[in-house]
Amino acid sequence: MTKQEYAQWTQEESPRSKGPVNIFKAFLSGGVVCTIGQLLLSLYERLGAGENAAIFASLSLVVLSAVLTGLNVYDNIAKHAGAGTLVPITGFANSMVSAAMEFKTEGYILGLGAKMFSIAGPVIVYGVSASVIYGIILYFIQ
Amino acid sequence: MAKKIGSQTLLLTSSPSIIGYAAVGAKKEKEGPLGGYFDFTSEDSSFGEKTWEKSETFMQKKVVELALEKCGVSDNEIDFLFAGDLLNQCISSAYASRERKIPFFGLYGACSTMSESLCLASMFVDAKLANRCLAVTSSHFCSAERQFRFPLEYGGQRTPTSQWTVTGAGACVVAPKAQAPYLRAVTVGTVEDLGITDINNMGAAMAPAAARTLCQYFQDTATRPEDYDLILTGDLGFVGSRLLERLMQSEGYPMANLHNDCGLMIFDRLKQDVHAGGSGCGCAASVLCSFILPQIACQRLKDVLFLATGALMSPTSTQQGESIPGIAHLLHISAFPHTKEEQA
Repeated sequence: MTKQEYAQWTQEESPRSKGPVNIFKAFLSGGVVCTIGQLLLSLYERLGAGENAAIFASLSLVVLSAVLTGLNVYDNIAKHAGAGTLVPITGFANSMVSAAMEFKTEGYILGLGAKMFSIAGPVIVYGVSASVIYGIILYFIQ
Repeated sequence: MAKKIGSQTLLLTSSPSIIGYAAVGAKKEKEGPLGGYFDFTSEDSSFGEKTWEKSETFMQKKVVELALEKCGVSDNEIDFLFAGDLLNQCISSAYASRERKIPFFGLYGACSTMSESLCLASMFVDAKLANRCLAVTSSHFCSAERQFRFPLEYGGQRTPTSQWTVTGAGACVVAPKAQAPYLRAVTVGTVEDLGITDINNMGAAMAPAAARTLCQYFQDTATRPEDYDLILTGDLGFVGSRLLERLMQSEGYPMANLHNDCGLMIFDRLKQDVHAGGSGCGCAASVLCSFILPQIACQRLKDVLFLATGALMSPTSTQQGESIPGIAHLLHISAFPHTKEEQA
């Protein structure tokens, strides 16, 4: 038995993820998150937050996601929602809070403090790097 | 005294007995099809402890206590303790053993640890190096998740081939020939790797090791799958079991109707949302000690080949893109000891 033959067998015997169903669920749940965001934005604008309304809307989603993570609810929603709750800012908040909760047992410095970024860290590193590159390009073409 | 036959098999001619055994589990295991057979289960998977590592340690302490109690043996009557688990530096085993003054061997065989510890314990007793040995192992879903995967509350999705780590522990007390179940032979496995790199498909990574050990055992002993009532693998799950059966078929040992897997027995795969089945050291250990050994003791099962399977990767090797090596150690556990002719 060669590795190629075995890879072929493994592929034949491994059930696949239900692509269309998962995509549809992600589309719906992602849409719901964005709708909540839009509702919050309109609400804060009406309350007179002006240009800060968008920041408040993002903040509210982060708080909501963090609270749901703390109440052990978020992962049960995300299990079905997939990218629908992972891609928006809610996913970012969940990855920080869940890691902070998990590693609190190793102390507040090397546990909670350090491990908090174990999942979100790469997003920050490459997010910031991409924005620097974007800024440089913008500087030259303007 | 053990007699080597073929290239990898040892016949344990004195037929050591498993005189005491116990299994511990948590809520999900209790709700599974074998829930009623466990000696101790807890609704609270923390077992009242502050960290998941301590919870796992608690399970090992509890399971040893129960196994010793069931056969009426005390700590000072045990010559060696063979124990292992999945956590870095095998802390559950070491911490569970620190109050017991029993000479201790810490083992790492990943999910194959029940077989590995039982092989060593039975070899020591058969060779008269010890009168009584303990073989113990455990795994905990929460301590394994945080070490190998993601935080518990992280909103990720599991793939259909992924398996659910069993929160459970098992312990066996091995002694010279006394009563069923008897340990008649062991085949120590080799490390096998057919190039699987998907960390969420451990069954596929371990199936070649199980097939290799089984084929070697059949060759060494000149027996066939039909000579046994049950061929029980540790935690290949749904995907790995299918692959093992295909591999064995291609080697000329069809055994699909004789094979079962602890990972498929411990949970109701579809109702309990465990995807491809159960896994972890505690999977094979708790199924063996709760359900299988009593069946052998009352002769409902007469000859069982038990082989717990292990995936020998680490998070580091996985991140470096290495494939996953597997291992499987086999034990022939029987309701009857060797006859005089077999001993000769």
